[in-house]
Amino acid sequence: MRLSETTDSLAGAPPLETLNYLTDGTTVMSWVNTRDHKRVGVMFLAAVLVAFFLGGLFALTLRMKLLQPGPFLMDALSYNRLFTLHGVVMIFLFLIPAIPGAFGNFMVPLMIGARDVAFPRLNLASFYLYLLGAAIAIWGMVHGGADTGWTFYTPYSSTTPTQVLPILLGVFVLGFSSILTGLNFIVTVHTLRAPGLNWMRMPLFVWGIYGTSIIQVLATPVLGITVLIVAVERFAGFGMFDPARGGDPVLYQHMFWFYSHPAVYIMVLPAMGVISETVCTFSRKNPFGYRAIALSSLGIAFVGFFTWGHHLFVAGQSTFDAGAFGLLSMLVGIFTAIKVFNWVGTMYRGAIKFTTPFAYICGFLYFIVFGGMTGIALATTSLDIHWHDTYFVVAHFHFIMVGASVMAFLAALHYWFPKMFGKTYSEGWGLVAAALIILGFNATFVPQFLLGNYGMPRRYYQYPDHFQALNVASTAGSTLLGFGFLIILIYLVIALRWGARCTQNPWGSKGFEWLSASPPPTHNFDEIPTITQMPHDYRTHEPPGVIRVS
Amino acid sequence: MSHEADALGLPRGILAHHFSSLERQNEAMRLGMWLFLATEILLFAGLFTGYAVYRFQFPLAFQEASRHLNITLGTLNTVVLITSSFSVALSIFYARTDRPRAAALCLVVTLLFALAFLGVKAVEYAEHFHEHALPGKYYAYEAVKVPGAAMFYTLYFLMTGLHGVHVVAGMSVLSWLLWRTLQGRYSSRYYTGLEMGGLYWHLVDLVWIFLYPLLYLI
Repeated sequence: MRLSETTDSLAGAPPLETLNYLTDGTTVMSWVNTRDHKRVGVMFLAAVLVAFFLGGLFALTLRMKLLQPGPFLMDALSYNRLFTLHGVVMIFLFLIPAIPGAFGNFMVPLMIGARDVAFPRLNLASFYLYLLGAAIAIWGMVHGGADTGWTFYTPYSSTTPTQVLPILLGVFVLGFSSILTGLNFIVTVHTLRAPGLNWMRMPLFVWGIYGTSIIQVLATPVLGITVLIVAVERFAGFGMFDPARGGDPVLYQHMFWFYSHPAVYIMVLPAMGVISETVCTFSRKNPFGYRAIALSSLGIAFVGFFTWGHHLFVAGQSTFDAGAFGLLSMLVGIFTAIKVFNWVGTMYRGAIKFTTPFAYICGFLYFIVFGGMTGIALATTSLDIHWHDTYFVVAHFHFIMVGASVMAFLAALHYWFPKMFGKTYSEGWGLVAAALIILGFNATFVPQFLLGNYGMPRRYYQYPDHFQALNVASTAGSTLLGFGFLIILIYLVIALRWGARCTQNPWGSKGFEWLSASPPPTHNFDEIPTITQMPHDYRTHEPPGVIRVS
Repeated sequence: MSHEADALGLPRGILAHHFSSLERQNEAMRLGMWLFLATEILLFAGLFTGYAVYRFQFPLAFQEASRHLNITLGTLNTVVLITSSFSVALSIFYARTDRPRAAALCLVVTLLFALAFLGVKAVEYAEHFHEHALPGKYYAYEAVKVPGAAMFYTLYFLMTGLHGVHVVAGMSVLSWLLWRTLQGRYSSRYYTGLEMGGLYWHLVDLVWIFLYPLLYLI
């Protein structure tokens, strides 16, 4: 595609020589004090990548320890601290803010033809709250850490001598950041859509982010109050969850999972949005079942609020409750399956271009089906009693959180890298890394399914000798996984510095975010486009990459 | 994009560059505020859930302990807060009818009511400390010895404490709005900022309207 073709047909996309959002002001202050959603997105991207790196290091160290049963490499307390840190960092500092904070901030206004999010200052505040929360939590980790696991179950979390308090407060502040991000997106989608962009023309990524935002706004405050109560309990002995004082620790579990189960959909819905966008671009086909994909996002957001009890099947919940929560949990599978079938339907008879993002789409589809099916199995009460708190559960949620969410994060990173930075990366190395990651991921977590099924409990320092072979296999896989990420880090840094300048729409995509220049100018559009078609409409007669708007 | 703001004669910085019209921006602010209020309600919802669970578990202790709260002061505070909600609504009315001085005066009155509320609450708290009617492990109240009474005070302090924090937050918001009102920012052309502050204050009031019967009356 030649650039001239695009600029002629676009609603005033400026020529590439003009200032873009990266070159428009290069002082530190111009970043620290920015109101630009794109810069906030880039800062979020940098921050969550650091968090991902840290969390990954913790995970690799844990896997190294598990090469041998019993004392090896670290003592039991360090091990407990380390898996807590791994969980806290990966969930609160990486997975929850990753796609909405980085790509949502960058892409949503571009996709809906807006100049910014509804509340730019609040958006920047949300980033600083993220940094503050991260700083408090990391301070706690350095000064003693916590050994409760990321779930902070009471009464252990209110009595352990480790530093739970700063980590709880960090989580509380991070929750605020997440709420503000979600609130901003909901208002942005409601009030700043370009003329002609009605709800049924909205890009599917925006639908995913919209569903996510609803969960962020409605579920996060409950986590906030829950961790606050535990914090008060720790320093003032209020005893709300302390059985010695008439408190009910199971109430804590209910309140915690009321947020933390929907939180899984905070991590997965944006990922699904990314897949919905990229699968169209690389299959060169209109989304199959647009309406079903869009509305199933809301379906997952809604049903996700009524499934939390499946974490309490063995916590003394009544059989009736367990059955009800089990059934409701399975409904999520229906909405997810609707999406999976539609994505595969989009690929069917498409002109597939097997690029790096597409490799991650394939990985994503496999992982979400495998992870989703094991989830259905776990929602069955009788099976869950066998698998509860074993490595089976660990493998299951890693299939969803790493398998699905991280694959989509990587797909987004590669797909939008040219959009965000105007540079191209090495496609060959991209595919090598993708292959390593998908292989390594399987090698890490498939043995964990087996371990769990044989009865190895999660979070244990010690294990019987006959589990060693599978543990070694899992550690070997995690090393592959680590190498894959390392390769990505290297070629993306090289691409940032020395990568070839890409054209405005290198994938020839018909997603609306490509209406603006790559990288976009600070104000996004000289003139707000009027949308006259669906996103990803490949049936038109324009050359690839040209998006017809009036 | 400031031409519309100029045409309306609005002070600088009211209409943000990315909104096509003031109407749109007001709509966005209102939606944002209502969403924020929803998050606040959910924040309190955790405590209301706890209250429901433990009231069900210790019905006698909760009845007994609730009777030992100072109902006169509780009722007084309810009246104070509802009146302050009225005065904040009045200040919005004055702002939109272009009477900024009256609007500012109403905000000052609201702030005084808020202070009075905190004062009365402090008297009540002092009483509890004096009687050792304290939460969890500090509970040593002679008058109520039913098992579960400590849990009532745990919830009492958590709920009124969190509400008190919201009163203080609301006071800072109102003080800031007072300053802006004195600067002449709000008028019949634009008063959304003040309206948002008013909404927040009504929420603080509304939460208390639920706390009052739950803690003092039933």
